[in-house]
Amino acid sequence: MEFLVSAAIGLLTASGLYLILRPTTFSVVLGLTLLSYAVNALIFVGGRLGASAPPLILPGTSGHADPLPQALVLTAIVIGFGMTAYLVALALKAKGESGSDHVDAGEER
Amino acid sequence: MLAAQFVGALVVVLAARRSRSAAAWTAAAVMASGLVALVPLMPAALSGEVLTTRIPWLPEWGLDFALRLDGLGLLFTLLILGIGLLIVLYAAYYMPAYDRLGRFYALLLAFAGGMLGVVLAENIILMLVFWEITSLTSFLLIAYKYEAHDARIAARMALAVTGGGGLALLAGLLLLGNIAGSFELTVILAKGDVIRAHPYYPVILVLVLLGAFTKSGQFPFHFWLPNAMAAPTPVSAYLHSATMVKAGVFLLARLYPVLSGTDLWLVLVGTTGAVTFAYGAYVAILKHDFKGLLAYSTISHLGLITLLFGLDTPMSAIAAVFHIINHAIFKASLFMAAGIVDHECGTRDMRRINGMFKYMPWTATLGILAAGSMAGVPLLNGFLSKEMFFTETVGHFAFQGYAKWLLPAFATVAGIFSVAYSARFVHDVFFNGEPVDLPKTPHEPPRWMRFPVEILVGLVLLVGVLPQFAVGAILLAAADAVLPFPVPDFKLAVWHGWNLPLAMSLAAFGLGLMHYWRRHRLFALHEKYAPKIASRVAFERVYRDAGRLASWLLRLIDTRSLQRYLALLIAFVCMLGSWAWVSLPGRPLTGPLPSTPMDGAAIVAFAGLLVGALGTVVWHRQRLVAVIFLSTVGLMVSLAFIRFKAPDLALTQLSVEVVTIVLLLLSLRFLPGQVTIRSSVLRKLRDGALALLGGAGVAALTYAMLTRPFETISGYHLANAYAGGGGTNVVNVILVDFRGFDTLGEIAVLAMAALGLHALVDGLRLKPYAESAKQDADRYPIMLAEMMRPLLPLALAVSVYILLRGHNLPGGGFIAGLIAAVAFMLQYLASGIDFATTRMRLDYMRILGAGLLIATATGLASWLFDRPFLTSTFGYVHPPMIEKFELASAMVFDLGVFLVVLASILLALSELGTLSRRELIAEPSSREES
Repeated sequence: MEFLVSAAIGLLTASGLYLILRPTTFSVVLGLTLLSYAVNALIFVGGRLGASAPPLILPGTSGHADPLPQALVLTAIVIGFGMTAYLVALALKAKGESGSDHVDAGEER
Repeated sequence: MLAAQFVGALVVVLAARRSRSAAAWTAAAVMASGLVALVPLMPAALSGEVLTTRIPWLPEWGLDFALRLDGLGLLFTLLILGIGLLIVLYAAYYMPAYDRLGRFYALLLAFAGGMLGVVLAENIILMLVFWEITSLTSFLLIAYKYEAHDARIAARMALAVTGGGGLALLAGLLLLGNIAGSFELTVILAKGDVIRAHPYYPVILVLVLLGAFTKSGQFPFHFWLPNAMAAPTPVSAYLHSATMVKAGVFLLARLYPVLSGTDLWLVLVGTTGAVTFAYGAYVAILKHDFKGLLAYSTISHLGLITLLFGLDTPMSAIAAVFHIINHAIFKASLFMAAGIVDHECGTRDMRRINGMFKYMPWTATLGILAAGSMAGVPLLNGFLSKEMFFTETVGHFAFQGYAKWLLPAFATVAGIFSVAYSARFVHDVFFNGEPVDLPKTPHEPPRWMRFPVEILVGLVLLVGVLPQFAVGAILLAAADAVLPFPVPDFKLAVWHGWNLPLAMSLAAFGLGLMHYWRRHRLFALHEKYAPKIASRVAFERVYRDAGRLASWLLRLIDTRSLQRYLALLIAFVCMLGSWAWVSLPGRPLTGPLPSTPMDGAAIVAFAGLLVGALGTVVWHRQRLVAVIFLSTVGLMVSLAFIRFKAPDLALTQLSVEVVTIVLLLLSLRFLPGQVTIRSSVLRKLRDGALALLGGAGVAALTYAMLTRPFETISGYHLANAYAGGGGTNVVNVILVDFRGFDTLGEIAVLAMAALGLHALVDGLRLKPYAESAKQDADRYPIMLAEMMRPLLPLALAVSVYILLRGHNLPGGGFIAGLIAAVAFMLQYLASGIDFATTRMRLDYMRILGAGLLIATATGLASWLFDRPFLTSTFGYVHPPMIEKFELASAMVFDLGVFLVVLASILLALSELGTLSRRELIAEPSSREES
C-alpha cells in the first residue's frame, strides 16, 4: 500500500508540474490544483497509513489516526480553494487587460 | 559633545528657516561649544592619560558606545573643531547670497560629528560607523551643487571609492577584533605582538590599508580627490585639509602601534606614500585650475605623511603627526585664500588670473605665506616637518651601501616638485603680469571673510618661528599615543645647524624654482608623452562597464517568463533533492516499517487517479474535458481520505471539489474552449522530463517517509481533546482550540483571497466566447429547479447540524460552511442568477466581516476572564424538550469560521457568475473588450 500511495502522490506531482509549465493560464490553474492535491496528500500521509480508527475519541476505539496532519490539511484544502479562486480571477483579469491568456500576458515565447 | 554636532545639525536647519546669519551663528556656536567642552579635558589628555566613557549598546556582541580621548584624539579634535569654526565663518561670506545655508551647515556639522566620532571612538566598530558617516556626508557635501553634472559625478566617485575602502576596512577591523578578542582599542593596542605574529596579519594589513588609502587619496585611489573640487571651496578647504582625507592618515596613526614594525608595513605603506608623494607633486604643477593644483598638492602631502608613517622610525612617526598639523593649517588657509581669489575673479584658471597682488595685496600676502609653508620655506611651519622628513630619509635603516643615497635623492626630487608647484601658485596667481579677460574686477574681500585665513596664517608663522612653544605639548601627547614605545626625546627647533637636510632643502629650492621657470617646456612634454588614460577615466570605464554587465546579467536571468522561472526553480529543487540523496551513505530508500497490505479497492482508486491525472494532462488543451478529468482526481483523493480514516478531510475535499469545479466552469465562459498557444516539442520534452523527475522525487520521498517510524505530538492532542477541549473530534478540537490562532489566521487569509478576487474582477469587462454564449438560451432544467427549492432549507439544516456536532463527530465550521455554500450554489445553478439574487438578498461581504469579527471576539472574550487569547471553555446545558448537550466557547469560534467560509465561497462564485450576466445584459451585440 505504501508503494501505491507514493506512486499516486508522485503521479499527481508530475502531472501538476507539467501543467504549471504550460504557457496558458488555465493550465497553470489546473496544474496548481493537482499540485495542491499532491501536497495535501503528502502532509496527510505524514500521519502514516496503518490507523484503524478515525481520530474520534469514542468509547471502545483504539489505533486512532494522527489528528494533527488532518487538521493541517483540512484548512489547507479550504485555503487551496481560495487560492484557486484568486488565480482564476487573476487569469481572467490578465485576459481582460491584455487580451491573451498566455502566462506572460501576450509575450509569445 | 559628539551628540551636539548631530543635534546641532538639526537645529541649524531650523535656524536657517529664520535667516542666513542665524544658521551661521548656530553652526559656529556648535563648533565653539565643542571646543569649550574640550578645555577641561585637555590637561589630562596632554599628560598622556586616556579618558574613556561608555554607554552599553550591544553588550552581548562586545559593542559599546565607547569613546576615548588621548593625545592623538585631542590633536584631531582640535583640528576638526578649530578649523571647522573658521570654515563656518568663512562659508557665511563665500556662499552665494541666495543660499540660506541650512542644508550646507547641517551637512557640515554632521560631517564634523562623523569625524569626531572617528577620532574619538574607543570601539573600532563604532569608529567604522562614524567612518561611513563621514563618507556619506562628504558625498552629500561634494554634491552640494547638485544641479551641476560634474558635482554629481565627483560625489558618486568619492562615495564609490571611499565606500569601497570602508568595506575593506570593515573586513579588516572584524578580523582584527576577532584576533584580539575584543573590539576595544585599548585591548587591541595592547596586543600588537599577537596580531603581528598571526597568520592573518598580512590580510588585515592590506584590508585596513585599503580603507586608509582610499580615504586619504593615496595612489592609485587618488582620482576622486581632484574631482571632489567640484564641491564649494569651504567644503574643499575643510575636507582636504583637516578632516576627510586626514581620516585615512588618522587610521594609520591610530593602528600604528598594532600594525607597524614589519617589513610588509614598510614596503606597502612606504612605497604607496612615496609614489603618491612624487606623483601628486609632479602632476600638481601641470594643473591650470588652481584648485586642481591644490588638490594634487594635497595628494602629494598626504603621500608624504603616509611615507613618513611608512618609514617606520620613531622620529618619522612624530614627523608624520607634526606634518598632519602643519598641513591642516597651511592647506586650509591656502584653500580659503584660493576661494577668495575665485570668489573675486569668477574663474579658477591660472592662465587668466594673474597679478592679483595689485588688486588684493593683503590676501595675496596671506596666500604667499601659506604657499611658502607648503613649499617648505624657513620660518614657516611646513619647513620644520619637511626638515624632519629629510633628516629621516638620510641613513634610513632599510637601505645599505650606495643605496643609502636613493631615499634622500628621491626626497629631494619630490621636494623640487613641491617647490615648483608652490612657486607656480604664488607667481601665476599673484604676479605674472595682468589678468586676462576676467568676468569680474577683483578687489579685497570683506574683512571677516579674510579673518579665518589671517588666523591660520598667524598659526603658520607661530609654529614656524616658535615650534616648541606652539605645538610641543600636543605633539608630544599625540606622539605618545601613536608610538608603541616611549617617545624619544625630541625638540622642535628652527635652526639645526648646517647639515645635510638643510642642503637638501636648499637644493630643492634652487632646482624647484628652475623647474618652474622652464615649466612651459614641461607642459609641452607632458602634452606629448603623458599616457592618456588617467585613473579617473579608468574608473568611469569600470563604472560604466559594471552597469552594463549588471543589466546584461539581469536580461539573461530575468527573462520575464513565468515558464522559465518555474522551470529553473523546479530543476534547482530536483538537483538539491538528488544531491542530498546521492550524498547519503548507502542511499537508503525503504525504511524498517513493515508495509501494509494492498487491497482491491485501493488499486481501483489508484487506477481512477491515474486516468484522471493523465487525462487532465493529455487533454489540458480542451479545457472542459480537462476540468472533468480533474474532478475525478479530486473524487479519488476524497475517497483516499475515507480509506485512511479521515472523515473530516473527505467531507471537506468533496465539497471543495464541487465548488472548485463550478468555479472553473464559470471561468471557462471567458476563455476559448481550445488552447491555441502551442509549445515546441523540445519545450514539451524538457517540461516532461522535469515533471517526471520531480514526481519521481516526491514519490521516493513519500515512500521513504512512509516506511519509517515517527514521533508525533498528537498523543497530547488525543489525550487532552476531551478533557481540555470538551470535544471528541480531535481534528476539530485542534482547529478551534489547540491551534485556534492558526485557524483565525487561515480564515483571514481565505477572506482576503475572496476580497482580492472581488477587487480584481470588479469593473472587469470580458466578452464571453460565442460557443458558450449560445447555450445561455437553454432553459434551466425544471426538475432540478423544482427539487432544489424545498431542498435548500433542508440542506441548510444539515449544515447547521454539521456545524454543531463538529466538536464531537466529523463536521465543524469549515465543512458546514462548505455544505451551506454548495446548497446556495445549487440554487444559482438550478434557477439562474436572476432568480437567486432577487430572492437571496445576502451581502456576502458583510457576512464575511461578521464571521471574522465573531471569531476574533471569541478569542478576545477570554481576556475578560484574564486568560490568554482564544482560551476556550465549555459546559453542558439542559434545555427543555431536547437531550442535554454541550456548549463550548470554541463552538462560537467555529460559527465565525462557518460564516467566513460560506461568504468567501459565495462571494467568489457570485462574482464570476455575475461577471457573465453583466456582459450579457450590457451588450447584446459583440463589443471589443477594453
